[in-house]
Amino acid sequence: MTVTSRSHRWSLAAHRRLPRTLHPVAWWVWALGLATAASRTTNPVLLLLIVAVLGVVVAARRGEAPWARAFRYYLGLALAVVVIRVAFRSLFGGAVDVTTVHVLVTLPRIPLPRWAAGIQLGGAVTLEGTVGALYDGLRLGVLLCCLGAANSLANPKRALRVLPGALYELGVAVVVSLSVAPQLVESVQRVRRARRLRGDTAVGRHALRSIAIPVLEDALERSLRLAAAMDSRGYGRTGTASPRDRRVTGVLMIGGMAGLCAGAYGLVDAGAPGVLGLPALLAGAALCCVGLVLGGRRVRRSQYRPDPWALAEWVVAVSAVVPAAVLVAAVGHGVAALNPSTDPLVWPTLPAIPTVAILFAAVAGVAAPPPIRSASTAPRREDGRSPAPADAVSSPAGPPVEVPA
Amino acid sequence: MIEFDRVTVTYPDSDRAVLADVDLTIAEGELALVVGRTGVGKSTLLGAVNGLVPHFTGGTLAGRVVVAGRDTRTHKPRELADVVGVVGQDPLSGFVTDTVEEELAYAMEQLAVPADVMRKRVEETLDLLGIAELRDRPLHQLSGGQQQRVAIGSVMTAHPAVLVLDEPTSALDPTAAEEVLAAVTRLVHDLGVTVLLAEHRLERVVQYADRLIEVREDGSVMVGEPAAMLAACTVAPPVVELGRLAGWDPLPLSVRDARRRAGPLRERITARPVPARRPPTVGGTRRPTLSARGVTVRYGAVTAVRGVDMDLHAGEVLALMGRNGSGKSSLLWALQGSGPRQRGRVDVGGDDPGSLPPAQARALVGLVPQEPADLLYLDTVAQELDQADHESATAGRGSARGLLDRLAPGIADPCHPRDLSEGQRLSLVLAVQLAAAPTVVLLDEPTRGLDYAAKRSLIGIVDRLAAEGRTVVIATHDVEFVAAAADRVVVMGAGDVIADGPTADVVVASPAFAPQVAKILAPLDYLTVDQVRAALGGSAP
Repeated sequence: MTVTSRSHRWSLAAHRRLPRTLHPVAWWVWALGLATAASRTTNPVLLLLIVAVLGVVVAARRGEAPWARAFRYYLGLALAVVVIRVAFRSLFGGAVDVTTVHVLVTLPRIPLPRWAAGIQLGGAVTLEGTVGALYDGLRLGVLLCCLGAANSLANPKRALRVLPGALYELGVAVVVSLSVAPQLVESVQRVRRARRLRGDTAVGRHALRSIAIPVLEDALERSLRLAAAMDSRGYGRTGTASPRDRRVTGVLMIGGMAGLCAGAYGLVDAGAPGVLGLPALLAGAALCCVGLVLGGRRVRRSQYRPDPWALAEWVVAVSAVVPAAVLVAAVGHGVAALNPSTDPLVWPTLPAIPTVAILFAAVAGVAAPPPIRSASTAPRREDGRSPAPADAVSSPAGPPVEVPA
Repeated sequence: MIEFDRVTVTYPDSDRAVLADVDLTIAEGELALVVGRTGVGKSTLLGAVNGLVPHFTGGTLAGRVVVAGRDTRTHKPRELADVVGVVGQDPLSGFVTDTVEEELAYAMEQLAVPADVMRKRVEETLDLLGIAELRDRPLHQLSGGQQQRVAIGSVMTAHPAVLVLDEPTSALDPTAAEEVLAAVTRLVHDLGVTVLLAEHRLERVVQYADRLIEVREDGSVMVGEPAAMLAACTVAPPVVELGRLAGWDPLPLSVRDARRRAGPLRERITARPVPARRPPTVGGTRRPTLSARGVTVRYGAVTAVRGVDMDLHAGEVLALMGRNGSGKSSLLWALQGSGPRQRGRVDVGGDDPGSLPPAQARALVGLVPQEPADLLYLDTVAQELDQADHESATAGRGSARGLLDRLAPGIADPCHPRDLSEGQRLSLVLAVQLAAAPTVVLLDEPTRGLDYAAKRSLIGIVDRLAAEGRTVVIATHDVEFVAAAADRVVVMGAGDVIADGPTADVVVASPAFAPQVAKILAPLDYLTVDQVRAALGGSAP
């Protein structure tokens, strides 16, 4: 099996033709690389370029699963962040010297008590301040979009499988909450509709009770059923671990965490004794590693069809590491165009090398193999636990995902 | 393979044992069917096999349960995962992963099966259960029958010696139920798996069973050959009831057996007039109580109901049938007015319930949803009934209580609605909805989880509603219930009405929907055992 796959391994073309899911870690590296790049600049043109790259790659390589539709919600969230940032800046503008800036509009000033000195409510809204807030908000929004892209490209459950064995329990807790959350939404919709059948249109506390009680009872029953199903399918078999092993692992992990905390504190606080710095950090990390390895030994399980790390994964990861490295280096070299001045206001320019570097991340859209798509004629399910208007909800994916041309 | 040694199970807040002193041995390769009234310890018996009872559910288990040499006292469910596979009633709630293939592999991953073995077993299981074409599909997109087969496959990949199934076909339409049962019998015959199966709809499974395990109300258990056991069992499918009536010995368990014996019976009743199956409808004016024109329901790109026209008449009981996902529930919700309706008109006495406020709409059309518990949120039955009176402008105080006592006598005021049996909870919600005195009553899948006696009392309730001049519409998969309860049948497929007519004409015309008595006595026009009983008169047997 290894032999046959190796012969294709270094041929990008072969991988491109065969649909498969890319290793989730590759997508996360890609998204974090772009996020690193975004965090180094406030140039709106570069930031919008990053959003464009994210959008193109997500459209080309996302699958059909419910989480694959998450990107648009993150876009909405990013937009909200920008709007809130600008609104707050306008409201709490702070004192400005109106002779040197452009005043857009002057809001009525609300006098604040003395203890709130330094905060100004209302007053002049300046063009410079608004643009500055816009740039800041945009940067934060783009970081959110990077997160959203990773979430819609990588299957969260598969991503959790790369966790070390000792953290397996944690991963499963996340998996259960991931499965129960959409069901909770469905159950709220179902119960809200059912309330209408009783002619119950009350709002407020009464409505909360009549919705929350059936929904929570339902959610509790579902979680118990899921837990029973997982248990009877062998989840959590402890293998050969003795209570002593478990205690040793626990002590190691707690000691390691304490070391990490102390080390981080020592590094940040210049006045701390030297031993609390790097040495404590390293010792803590070492203890944690030993604990993870020991803990992992007692969890005996195997993995079905682990995602391979092949050429496509390398290309996707590197394609975003490049812009990250270029922008970090550019900041170090003091490239002014990365952070265009807002006071005095200047038009942002397009620095050539960072632009090319960001565009390079779009290579992922071609290098990654196309996602697996199921046949489009999926029979839908109405029966079961959701009453009919719920047959729309019973499939969180809703209508089939449009296939980008 | 499975051994119960003087097992007694008691739950903390109950004074009587759910299982009392049960001795039971199930041999390898057997298909044992667990039967009994709703609410007896069937699920407890099944749960005890892999230790979910009492490790997971709580309660006290006295005695010993040994499966493949492992005692459940010392082995938790997870440590029995490689010998016992358990599939619950609602497969969707037990799925851990997202796609069919990953779900099939999940149990093996937990058991640390090597990767190459896993690949092989997944492929074999996909073929064995006939779900190979579904391999990459998201689990929530599958139909009910497909989900049930995937759930069975997901435990079979661990190669357990015992398979435990709790009502695997209760939510399925007849065809999907056939698929699932075919898969189960294949496992028994080809792989020698021991199967323990609980089911209310005996007519579907009793013919495949090697032995019958009847759980009684007092917690005791009777075990025996199906034919011998059913002669005196408290639950029996129509084919067995017919056999009892005709005095056949041994009792037939399948339509085929019964048909081969039915020659003399057919001759005896062939000359007699076919007795009426249903009481005659009242009024006789045939005035429509509800008339719908061009009702269309869409969810995004999916059309659930496609321009349906329908007239409902006073005193009529109509059964709405069709496979899972054919638009039955969507149509009911659209007729009631609470569900979406993109096009079309509904007219109930000059008003459109869809454009009225919910409180007025429910006085025209009452709907009992698939999950009756969604309507209940108070702590006691009395509070729910008071609330129902309060919600209904037309009803006086205490009228909901009166309705409930007529529907299901003996439900005490201080009971918590969650503690009621399925049938009692259905009656409570029905009473709540009837308090508004609707002229049209819609019931969405009311027969799920009901045993034969509970279904008979539901038929009595439906008959009384019809006798009061109301119209009753019942969406259901249960053909035997339809044969006994409905005057008219509408069959839906992909959002269209594909058949509409008197019950006798519609159900007999389709092999999937024909009740057992019709299959046995064809070409005579009998649908229910009661008709045969009436035809034989006092002269039987």
